[in-house]
Order: sequence, then structure tokens, then C-alpha cells
Amino acid sequence: MAAGATYEPIATTTLSSNQNDITFSSIPSTYTDLVIVFNGKSTNAGSSSNGMRCRVNSDTGSNYSQTNLNGNGSTTSSSRDTSITYFEFGEIAQTDNTAPSQNIMHIMNYANTTTFKTILCRADTATVVTKAIVSLYRSTNAITSVTLSRDFGTNQIKAGSTATLYGIAAA
Amino acid sequence: MANTYKLIASSTVGAGGVSSIDFSSIPNTYTDLVLFTSLRCTNTSSNGVYITFNGSGSSYSQIYFVGTGSVMASGSGSQIVHRMVDTNATASTFSNSFSYIPNYTSSNYKSVSTDTVNENNATSALMNINAELWSNTAAINQITIAPASGGDIAQYSSVYLYAIKNS
Repeated sequence: MAAGATYEPIATTTLSSNQNDITFSSIPSTYTDLVIVFNGKSTNAGSSSNGMRCRVNSDTGSNYSQTNLNGNGSTTSSSRDTSITYFEFGEIAQTDNTAPSQNIMHIMNYANTTTFKTILCRADTATVVTKAIVSLYRSTNAITSVTLSRDFGTNQIKAGSTATLYGIAAA
Repeated sequence: MANTYKLIASSTVGAGGVSSIDFSSIPNTYTDLVLFTSLRCTNTSSNGVYITFNGSGSSYSQIYFVGTGSVMASGSGSQIVHRMVDTNATASTFSNSFSYIPNYTSSNYKSVSTDTVNENNATSALMNINAELWSNTAAINQITIAPASGGDIAQYSSVYLYAIKNS
């Protein structure tokens, strides 16, 4: 293991009530990469899943793009979006789904101020879909906050869901 | 330094191979588990291992996305699977796999994310991403890795189990 702290838990939450979003703010710039692990459901009715969305630095501009691979147990698909106002952090299981979703996000070189930021996500809801997603945040600003949401709208993240932010240090 | 991403068990297979690898008495003091396998089979018929928890052989489900280098497909299954090349594969190659198991001590059903590959510089290779579930509310305290369709796990195969703590 490297001499410095790595895979260090920076912040964690277990929702005690339904919430519109989970925000990790004041992220220190002292790591190389970030990892976020989410495990949970939404308040959407049903037993399927919906997309889960993410923004960084509270940026609501059309500064995100993404490409994804999807397998739903019978068919495969790939799609992409450009100049959107959020990127997908995979899926989030609906409230009656027996399988909680788990999404894992890697943000590379999040603190640098010279390049755009690439984000890799693996997202799984075992009764619905398996996904791999690559996203781009077109900003040279260091990432200091990350907000996870079901839809930045009326639907919420369900109580009991967990999310943890880890910092990865290269040295 | 936080006590996280800690190696809690490992196994490297010796001469003659083994029929299975078992990690028992997994402590409940962490948040998530990460399992890495590097596997090769001793016969010509096995292309995977089943990952089972707490000695249970039931209540597993899976959706997979697989690419072969020429086609891709999605399907479903009733096991948690890591790939394992057999003796038809190029010598000295091993399948490699990674599973992430969040909240392994919770009273919810257990989700598992798996990435698993065979790459052997031949005409066929396989790469999977899998969404998997163990529909059981018990805390995971044991993980067993055993061939899915005969043979043993070959010499030089290795398995590592890490634990992650969120505080």
C-alpha cells in the first residue's frame, strides 16, 4: 500500500428518511481520484428501476455527456447523450424491487484545474439491468461537491439507502 | 490511516489443484467486501466457478452482459459466476474477475457487481458485466468458490478477499 492514506472514507450516509438528494460537499483536494459507492432504492412506485442522476459542483449547465452499455437479461443496447444537465449514476431500484441497486463511480483526477473530468460508473440492479457508463464533465474546475439524486425532481432516494465517498491517493 | 481496503483472506493454489476455496469466519466489522479471482481449471469442461455465501446453494440470481469480441448478448442466470478458463485455453492464461459486495452484513438482500473476463490471445474471448443478487437477509460470513461444471481449480490460481470500511 502507498505511504499515504488511500481508499480513505471521506464521508458516508445512511438515509434515516426519504431524501431528495445526497450531497458530498467540501471534498478535499488532497486525493487523486474519488470513488462513490451507492446501495439503495428510490421512492418511485413499482418493482423495476429508474435512472439515477448526478451533478458535480452544483453545476446545472449543459456541461455533461455520457455513453452507456446496457444488458437487461434478454437484449443489449448502447446509447449516448451530449450537452445534458446531469450524468447518469446508473439505475436506482423502485421501492418494491427486491434487489437494491448498487452503483460504483470512479472520478479520475478530480482536483486538477487543467482538464475536463472523466467519470466511470458500474451500475447493477439484479432484477432489471447491468450497466457500464462513461461520462464527461466539461469543466476545468476541481470537483468539490457531488450530488446524487433520483431525478432532480419529485422522486426521492428511499430511507435506508447508503452512500459513501472514498478518496484514492496515488502516493 | 483508516482501516479500509484491507486484505482479510487469500489463497494461492498449489500443485495438484483444489476442488474449492473457502473463506470462513469473515468478520462483520467492515462495510463492503471485494473479491478478486484469477482462475484456471484442470480439465476441458469448466468455464466458470460459482460464488456461494454461507454454504447456501440457493436464492441467487443474475443478469449478465457478455461480449465475445464479435457479438454481445444479455441473459439471466441463477448463480453468481466468475469465469475460469479450462485447459483448452492458451497455456499460462487465467480468467480474472472482480466482485463488489456492499453492505454484506445488512439485513437486506445482498447485491453483487461482477466484472469477469477470459482473454487468451485466441479466436474467442469473453468479457462480462453482471448484476447479481443473493436473496437472503443473513450477514455474509463465508464465501466459497467452486467449479461450476467439473474439474478442479488449477495450480497458480489465486483468490483475494478485501474488506472496506466506510468510517
